[in-house]
Amino acid sequence: MRILNASGCLDALAAPDVARQLDGFVTKTVTPLPREGSAPPRIAETAHGMLNAIGLANPGRDCFLADHLPRLHELGVPLWVSVGGFCADDYAETCSRLAGIEAIELNLSCPNVDEAADSAAEIVAACRRATGLPLYAKLSAAHPDVAAVARAVAAAGADGLSLVNTLRAVALDRRLRPVLARGSGGLSGPALKPIALHAVGVCHDATGLPIVGMGGIQTGRDALEFVACGAQDVALGTVLFADPGAPARVREELAAACEEAGVAGPDDARSLAKTPETERKVPA
Amino acid sequence: MPSSASRHRVVASERVGPYTLLRLERGGLVPGVPGQFFMLEAPGRLLPRPFSLCLAPPGELAFLVDPIGLGTQALCELRPDDAIAVLGPLGRGYRLDVERPLLVGGGIGIAPLPYLAERLGGSPPAVLGFRSAEHAEAAVLLPGAEVAVDPVLVTELIEPGCDVLACGPEPMLQAVAALCPTAQLAWEAPMACGYGACYGCVVEIAGALKRLCLEGPVLDASRVRAPAEAVA
Repeated sequence: MRILNASGCLDALAAPDVARQLDGFVTKTVTPLPREGSAPPRIAETAHGMLNAIGLANPGRDCFLADHLPRLHELGVPLWVSVGGFCADDYAETCSRLAGIEAIELNLSCPNVDEAADSAAEIVAACRRATGLPLYAKLSAAHPDVAAVARAVAAAGADGLSLVNTLRAVALDRRLRPVLARGSGGLSGPALKPIALHAVGVCHDATGLPIVGMGGIQTGRDALEFVACGAQDVALGTVLFADPGAPARVREELAAACEEAGVAGPDDARSLAKTPETERKVPA
Repeated sequence: MPSSASRHRVVASERVGPYTLLRLERGGLVPGVPGQFFMLEAPGRLLPRPFSLCLAPPGELAFLVDPIGLGTQALCELRPDDAIAVLGPLGRGYRLDVERPLLVGGGIGIAPLPYLAERLGGSPPAVLGFRSAEHAEAAVLLPGAEVAVDPVLVTELIEPGCDVLACGPEPMLQAVAALCPTAQLAWEAPMACGYGACYGCVVEIAGALKRLCLEGPVLDASRVRAPAEAVA
């Protein structure tokens, strides 16, 4: 079980010692053109969660490839590049220009920008034609049937899934106006965990693909729960904001979490949990 | 930056007007440069809160907290021997190589000034503005400071020709920037992490949205948008 960061939740160049605790660093999503991102306020704390509307702020593909990527390589941490765009060609072009990295994560589910016109499967298919690198499709649990989306991207050539992205949500201030300048934002943190666990379970059952599970992981026990639902690896997001030492801490906590759960190690916890959907498929 | 937060015991929690001076054991932390900040765990809340260092007594770090929300209220309720996670010092503080320092503070924005005064070598002139007499009780943290209480504005007390080092609410900072184009201003923004990870604290700096936690919180007045643009 590898411990990664959730895309957009760490700047490895600003905090290299945090990135070096990870088994892989996932970049902030790279889009073809530079994006300044959303106006502030961009974040709000909610009950057991937080909202963000960063708006895919990033230096753009050319600057990322020429300037950021070489410096990221110097960290000595396996790199995952998160790729975004507004049509299948945007994604495929960026994928075709990437080499020497561990994997590509296709951000198919940012709640803070307009969605691409092409379907998730069309984007994955275009990227599949453009690169031989492992392709992970990052999906949202907001879709009424995330397992169906998972099956579609698997058929289109995805090598793995990243589950889940944040969920679109709103927080109001004292005067009943949205806290975030954009109005809505993506909900992350512990409030998301039960939803994420369910999505991991049904997508694992639907595809059998390797899954990077994320959504509200705070502890080693949380990470183990994602593995129990079918995740192969996990990613830390919001917890990094409060605790930059979280990757090392979560790794340390795993042994005790395994012992408490009665499993020898994380690998023995894999798929111990069965989702209600799976159970319902069993004939009475 | 430190790669993890450390836990620090509460030494004392003292009322200063409507504010609370939260004194923590320093442990292995360094106080840093005045105007730098620390992320303090807010008990029961998901995210820590940013505070500039107010005082650095021997073996301690002290922070001035205004209980304006759930996180700051939880911090004000801490009692001796409670412990919280602390990360810092973070960001960029004040440049101390100034010839005629004048400290300008507004409300809870006086927080970094006592430590700044100490590091400038004693008691540089200071002017403080508060919205009420109760809030103005916090001026005790900066002995000798001149105090303005609403409706008098702190900017009315600024003498020309000084090297202004200021911290306060945005309208005050904009007014100070208009009066003193060379001022150093400590800004504030909602922050989830304090170390560049969340991209939440952006402000317009030199014409572009940049992360205040990395670029600031102390910025030269010339790098922030002009007051006229801010009003428009």
